[in-house]
Amino acid sequence: MLHAVLRAATEGGEATPNPVLPESYDLIWSTVCFVIILIFFWRYVLPRMQTLLDERAEAIEGNIAKADEAQRKAEAALEEYTAQLADARAEAGRIREAAREDGKKIVAEAKDQATTEAARVTASAQAQIEAERQSALVSLRSEVGTIAIDLASGVIGESLSDDAKAKAVVDRFLADLEASEQAAAGGKK
Amino acid sequence: MFVDARASLHAPKQEIALLANAVNLLVPISTDDGEFHGPSILEFFPGPLLFEGTDFEVNRIILVRWVAVLALLLVFWLGTRRMRVVPGRFQSLVEMGLDLVRVNIADDLLGKKDGKRFLPILTTIFFLVLFMNITGVIPGLNIAGTSVIGVPLVLAIVAYITFIYAGIKKSPKNFFKNSLFPSGVPWPVYIIVTPIEFISTFIIRPITLTLRLMMNMIVGHLLLVLFFAATQFFVFNLGGWYTLLGAGTLAFGLAFTLFEILVAVLQAYVFALLTAVYIQLAVAEEH
Repeated sequence: MLHAVLRAATEGGEATPNPVLPESYDLIWSTVCFVIILIFFWRYVLPRMQTLLDERAEAIEGNIAKADEAQRKAEAALEEYTAQLADARAEAGRIREAAREDGKKIVAEAKDQATTEAARVTASAQAQIEAERQSALVSLRSEVGTIAIDLASGVIGESLSDDAKAKAVVDRFLADLEASEQAAAGGKK
Repeated sequence: MFVDARASLHAPKQEIALLANAVNLLVPISTDDGEFHGPSILEFFPGPLLFEGTDFEVNRIILVRWVAVLALLLVFWLGTRRMRVVPGRFQSLVEMGLDLVRVNIADDLLGKKDGKRFLPILTTIFFLVLFMNITGVIPGLNIAGTSVIGVPLVLAIVAYITFIYAGIKKSPKNFFKNSLFPSGVPWPVYIIVTPIEFISTFIIRPITLTLRLMMNMIVGHLLLVLFFAATQFFVFNLGGWYTLLGAGTLAFGLAFTLFEILVAVLQAYVFALLTAVYIQLAVAEEH
């Protein structure tokens, strides 16, 4: 039955073309279509696409480079800032140290000056005392001498006006006095 | 025949009736009320429109191909006319299409260097097949430009020449050795293997490329015509309760239209992919 139907169908129409056998115009037009599209893609579309891809890659790389550059700059700035901060700290420390040194020096100088001044005052005071003592001693000696000679003159009734004699007597008296004083001091000790 | 035998073994009458119905749908037959115009192979051989009888005869199919070529040129011209580093919507779509071939077919199978060499051929094959396939579901065109043997055959010949060229250019010795004398086989086996390899590589490959594409498109077209012709017949010639059947066939027709879009993309991908695979096998150092 199947065969009969199919046979009837094919016999009824004109000679059915075989779809597997190509016609010459079919091949020619197919080739034309293919060549047009091949040239179009080969010479126009794909080179443009390639250019675009290159540009895009470049743009991406450029942006990455730019970002790197910015990063580097930021890091450099941070480093510089840190360095400056450290410098400033060191500077401050140095200044503080110097101030402390200066202070110490000023105190020491003041102390020295005070000591010297005190020493000088003490020395001058001693010198003055010494001078006063000397003058007292001198005036005392002359006065004591005069008094003693007057006294002795009165006692012995004889003038001891001869200066040389008088001086020798006084000196001897004083020497005795000093010796007795020293002996007293030694005894006290 | 086998089918007949099976039919007579089980439920003979029902199955024979079904088969008869199926055949009735495939071939033009008369019915009682109104004609049913089933799909026929003659649809792929329409009458000539221009240059009749010359080698440049133009019929409806050739016109459909022209439309596909023009659409392709237009899309890619517009898409790549002013390319921006940051693409717009349309440029993104065009780039996506080009990247499908460039990355997923050329670079993946052939590597960067060979991929770039054969990219024009692969891109042309993919988009030419895609655009000519898709005309099968475009209203008004309704037939795939690849459903007549010309385009599939020309593209298969291009693929054939390309992979043989690639192999010979790389190293003729390696190419023929790998193609005809696969390594790791004891020599007496070559008596059998070599003819088989020769037939499969140099004869079967272009034929399967051609027929796979063409038959897919022919069958797709016949199916769609069958569903929509049946809808027409049920609704307008028979009417009444048959309208329900017509709704069913219409739904199938719509579903198969979507399926045909998938097949159109898939066949384009398969054709370009197989071409790339053949090139890759031809330039491989060792299998």
